[in-house]
Amino acid sequence: MDRSLFTFILRYSKWEQLRIAPLVLGTMVVYFFSLDLPKTIINEAIQGRRFPTPEATAPLFRIVIQLPQLFGGATLNLFDGIPLERIPYLFALSLIFMSLIILNGALKFQINTMKGWMGERMLRRLRYILMDQLLRFPLARFRRVKSAELATMIKDEVEPLGGFIGEAFISPMFLGGQALTAVVFILYQHLLLGMVAVVMVTVQAILIPRMRRRLVVLAGQRQLQARHLAGRIGECVDGVVEIHAHDTSNYERAEMSSRLGVLFRTRFEYYQRKFLTKFVNNLLAQVTPFLFYTVGGYLVIMGRLDIGALVAVIAAYKDLPDPVKELIDWDQERLDVTIKYTQVIEQFTVEDIASAEVQRVIPTPELPRDGSIVASNVTLSDDSGAPLLNGVSFELPLDQNVAVAGDHASGRTELAQLLARLVIPTNGAIKVGGVDLVNAPEAVTGRVTGYVGAASYLFPMSVRENLVYALKHYPVRERTYLERERPEREFRLHEAQRTGNSLLDINADWIDYESANASNAAEIELRIHEVLTTVELEETILELGFRSTIHLDHRPDLADGLVRARQAMLKNLGESGVQSLVERFDPERYIRNATMAENLLFGTPVGATFDTGNLAGNAYVRKVLAETGLAGDLLAMGRKVAESMIELFSGLSPGHEMFERFSFIREDDLPFFKELLAKVSDVGLDRIDAADRDRLLGLSFMLIATRHRLGLIDEPFQARILIARRYFAEHLPEEMRGAVEFFDPATCNRALSLQDNILFGKIMTTQAGAAANISRLLRQVLDQQNMRSLVISVGLDFQVGVAGARLAVADRQKIALARALIKRPAVLVLDQAEAAMDPTSQKRIIARILEGSKGRCVIWVLQRLELSELFDQVLVLQHGRVVEQGNFAELRDNGGVLHDLLSKA
Amino acid sequence: MSLDSEVELIRRLPLFAHMDLPTLKLLCFSSERLIFDAGQVMFNFGDAADAAYIMIAGHVAISTPAPTGPVFVGTLGPMDIIGEVAIFANLTRTATVTATTRVDALRIEKEQFTSIIRGNPDAAVELIRQLATRLAKTTARLTETVAARAPDPRAASAPAGGTGGDAGFR
Repeated sequence: MDRSLFTFILRYSKWEQLRIAPLVLGTMVVYFFSLDLPKTIINEAIQGRRFPTPEATAPLFRIVIQLPQLFGGATLNLFDGIPLERIPYLFALSLIFMSLIILNGALKFQINTMKGWMGERMLRRLRYILMDQLLRFPLARFRRVKSAELATMIKDEVEPLGGFIGEAFISPMFLGGQALTAVVFILYQHLLLGMVAVVMVTVQAILIPRMRRRLVVLAGQRQLQARHLAGRIGECVDGVVEIHAHDTSNYERAEMSSRLGVLFRTRFEYYQRKFLTKFVNNLLAQVTPFLFYTVGGYLVIMGRLDIGALVAVIAAYKDLPDPVKELIDWDQERLDVTIKYTQVIEQFTVEDIASAEVQRVIPTPELPRDGSIVASNVTLSDDSGAPLLNGVSFELPLDQNVAVAGDHASGRTELAQLLARLVIPTNGAIKVGGVDLVNAPEAVTGRVTGYVGAASYLFPMSVRENLVYALKHYPVRERTYLERERPEREFRLHEAQRTGNSLLDINADWIDYESANASNAAEIELRIHEVLTTVELEETILELGFRSTIHLDHRPDLADGLVRARQAMLKNLGESGVQSLVERFDPERYIRNATMAENLLFGTPVGATFDTGNLAGNAYVRKVLAETGLAGDLLAMGRKVAESMIELFSGLSPGHEMFERFSFIREDDLPFFKELLAKVSDVGLDRIDAADRDRLLGLSFMLIATRHRLGLIDEPFQARILIARRYFAEHLPEEMRGAVEFFDPATCNRALSLQDNILFGKIMTTQAGAAANISRLLRQVLDQQNMRSLVISVGLDFQVGVAGARLAVADRQKIALARALIKRPAVLVLDQAEAAMDPTSQKRIIARILEGSKGRCVIWVLQRLELSELFDQVLVLQHGRVVEQGNFAELRDNGGVLHDLLSKA
Repeated sequence: MSLDSEVELIRRLPLFAHMDLPTLKLLCFSSERLIFDAGQVMFNFGDAADAAYIMIAGHVAISTPAPTGPVFVGTLGPMDIIGEVAIFANLTRTATVTATTRVDALRIEKEQFTSIIRGNPDAAVELIRQLATRLAKTTARLTETVAARAPDPRAASAPAGGTGGDAGFR
């Protein structure tokens, strides 16, 4: 990376800068003419100096060249011009004036566009370079930098560079040219006064940058403080659990306040200095005219200077301060962005960064499949030079599986990372099937080895995408673009090329089927299901599938299946004699396990229109209630619910968990409802305003008869709701048809989860064990209907959340294992990748993974040493050395290190 | 049955007799009304103790596992409380409870039960009184058993008790 900003700018935008230069010159010429023209219009056309008589004409576009005296001073008449009378002459000149302004505008537009593009391209290039560096950092680097700081550097800190790069050369050229012309002109008018102007400008040019030195330091500080602020915010987010758990939120507030205070101090001083500098700068600019008036005036009075020259000098000087000031501003910006650039580059310049060659794209590298892993005299030292692994040597055949045993200081984690080439050994060599693992490109190491650590990261995307992530090494199959998409694609490709970005197409199919032993997408899906079974994740994903609602547009095959499963479920319930466990969606019955809202809609709301929270405020719903005579009763019911809630929950201490779990009314809303009830008893239910009415109505909509047992929904009332239900469906306006998906036994409901679609009813929550029973029956139905894999496929679309936070820790670990398994690496390195699972699952899953990886090498740093018995051999580490290697039973009984470790555990 | 009738019912239990009405109402509201069919297991020996049950109707049998198969310990019926001790001590179930008839019960989750007891000193004292009585009975029985055990060790393998509500299971 270029250490200096200007080297960077020149290297990548030299030609673009040069292309803009002539346009800048062009604007200056046009600008000059457009300034000169008004004088001609006024003097010659309007005042009529050229037109002594009404019939006189004047030539337009006459081109006359006055040869210098040296060549005889002759006048060459190149073009006589078009003779025009006074009025046409005026119009012609005015039109020319207008055209010049348009031309000037067009040129400026073009320049700005080009400058903007250039700046943006350079910014894109810089950001890409930074990201590229980041991807090549050694792992140790990430222990010292915070992700939020890196993000703020790439995103925010380099941002102003884009704007500056457009000005980097053009501005000094343009402004310098202007200033220089003015200076030369002044010197030409009067040497002495000219010298005065030059001296003042020089003072300005020396003093101001000196005053800005401190500014530069402050700008640098400001940038670092802002970066650390970003880092600190990231820390608070990452450590939010600790903050709550230890009541340190106020410590964090104080910390943040202090940080903001320091930042404020810096910024305050920065602005104060900045404005002081500005003040001095302006003052110096005005000192010169002061000198002109006093000294020049004195000289004129004394008769040593002619007044015309003084006026000309003062007039010329008017054009000098602006460019000089702008130049100084430019210089200020230059300093700012140079600092920014340097401070960012510093962070991204890392000594032992991997070479670009290591990560180059190799579609199908030669991968070793047999032989053995040979470590010879491998040493790894930490930052301080202390050895973590010390002269480790061993040989492991590639068709065996090996348990690595050792305590936490044995260097076991480091060994695992070395074997996956995540770290580079300080000394020594590791070879896999003859391939030098230390120097091999990542295309080899990332495919020949798989690695799962104790804390694996899941990307915030679906389970499936997380699983196939390990197969995305390069774009395997190009994407074909439609005719209308092609121009956009070409444009993007072209720009990527211009800015040195990656040309690989993110929209291509990157999934390497072959390394998963598949030949198409369907087979990949099968492989995924297989690995899910291996890591015992199938049930979890199935459950996620059951809970998902599906976009039927994407899965038309599912709709029919679900309806069939629904019928089968009904049959199974009957055959098992447990129909009573599900309260079916029967249009003729009130569903006591569903909310009043669901009973009224007899369907699922799609979108917000009929959402339970909005139901009371919906005009159509109110009309239905009014027409069916329910409005008053439901409102009265809402009042009773509110009264009950206040009676039940008022006595609780604030923040009591019962609010959250059981109350219809949020804790904060309790005072509101208390007041509302008081109002109701004052003025009566029919007198309260619409918003209050909706709040009360909303409460009754949330009632579930079986669960809330408030005794408000008796059978006559249920019958009345059924009437309203029919009325609702019959009179539903056309435009609201899409806002509710009615329960229809014959069609799939796209707003219901898969499970609810199959059940087509509510689980009878009052029956003990109903949920477990239903869950068993559901699985039975899936197997009968061959739908298990279909539901799992839907479950695989589940979004895992940030870092997989929506899944249990053990499930995250299982997904990480599955992700490594799916690419079938020759060497699978696992560092306590089973730690989050319970002991019995650990044993089952390890055994299953070993079974599935037969003939390939699995190296497992175990959390529980007794599980080493499942492996072909055991490698025992102690204090960074291999102390034992061999069969588990032998090592266990020979009284050596493994024996000791086992007896300690 | 509605909330109010449930409240009327549990008020008659000594444990809840001194609680004020709103608290009892909240207790009922936050608990679950469950039906167990005859033969259905309420909970098994060794399960985590996550809830207490108040019997409203029906009967259950209590048994403990033994090498020779489950040993019947006793039965409980309407207005009995089941499993309330274990939820205070983070214990696992020490007996298996099975419905012998159709059972209608109120299931109170551990968190709800403890938070309500915590807020009611009277109820807490009542609970202590009941536990103390039960402990005294158990101790007395244990003394008998130990005394009986001395001449014939085999007698101890059959658990003592079988006298209903205070059978000593948790």
